[in-house]
Amino acid sequence: MDKIRALIVDDSSVMRKIVERSLRQAGVELDKVTEAGNGAEALASLQENPVDLILCDINMPVMDGLEFVREAAKLECAKGVPIVMITTEGSESHVVQALSAGARGYIRKPFTPDQVKEHVLPVLVKKP
Amino acid sequence: MSTDTSFITRSHEENWLPVLELAVEEVFEIMLGCRVKPVAQAEHPPSSEFTAMIGLAGALCGVITVCCSAKSAGQMATKMLGDAAASQSEVGDALGEICNMIAGNFKNKLAGTDERCMLSVPTVISGEEYSLHSMADGKAVETVLLFENAPVAVRLELQA
Repeated sequence: MDKIRALIVDDSSVMRKIVERSLRQAGVELDKVTEAGNGAEALASLQENPVDLILCDINMPVMDGLEFVREAAKLECAKGVPIVMITTEGSESHVVQALSAGARGYIRKPFTPDQVKEHVLPVLVKKP
Repeated sequence: MSTDTSFITRSHEENWLPVLELAVEEVFEIMLGCRVKPVAQAEHPPSSEFTAMIGLAGALCGVITVCCSAKSAGQMATKMLGDAAASQSEVGDALGEICNMIAGNFKNKLAGTDERCMLSVPTVISGEEYSLHSMADGKAVETVLLFENAPVAVRLELQA
């Protein structure tokens, strides 16, 4: 698998670092990692920094993860880029909303690197 | 959508504490690599140098708090960052995330509640000179556990 460019969206800088470390532990070779603290920052970042994978929290200030997924689907630069949610929100309705909006995977916090591997590797392999 | 919480109160009232304890234990084990067990609060009075809070709204209305010493908060941040040194802002950030994951894990364990309960973003207070006045005036449960031999208190307060 080629090295990939990832965007990690979470309002916690500590959690962004944990997600990046978990990606590396899952065997994902990272070329470049971009970070954003909320959905609005992530949308702005996507315009400047094209990526191959997005990992996104749901509960964030300014713009939450579900709205981000809906807005990202409208962006040409984000077309086909897999989005995997990583969130404390574990309800079925959140999962359904996220997947309906275009997310390709859903990981509940707390999570292990194995769960990241299980949910991220398949979406990197299967390009739409 | 109904907002009647009476069934939740009836079915879970006697079980809040074990559910909270399990939620806490899982977060510490998965995210910090530490097995923790509840201890007697009288023998291990917790510090509140750092306090993280998450608000619950909807079917469950109240607040979950995590209180610990500055040293414990720093150790949690270091462990979360893979044994890298944590800055002061990262210490608060890490404790807030721990509280966030405990709250999320707790509500996800209550069948029928997770769909109808929302979490706030975390708030973290450093320093012990404060008084917390929660609008939650109903049932409260608390568990104290030992993390690196120091007590950490996790408290759930619910609106009646």
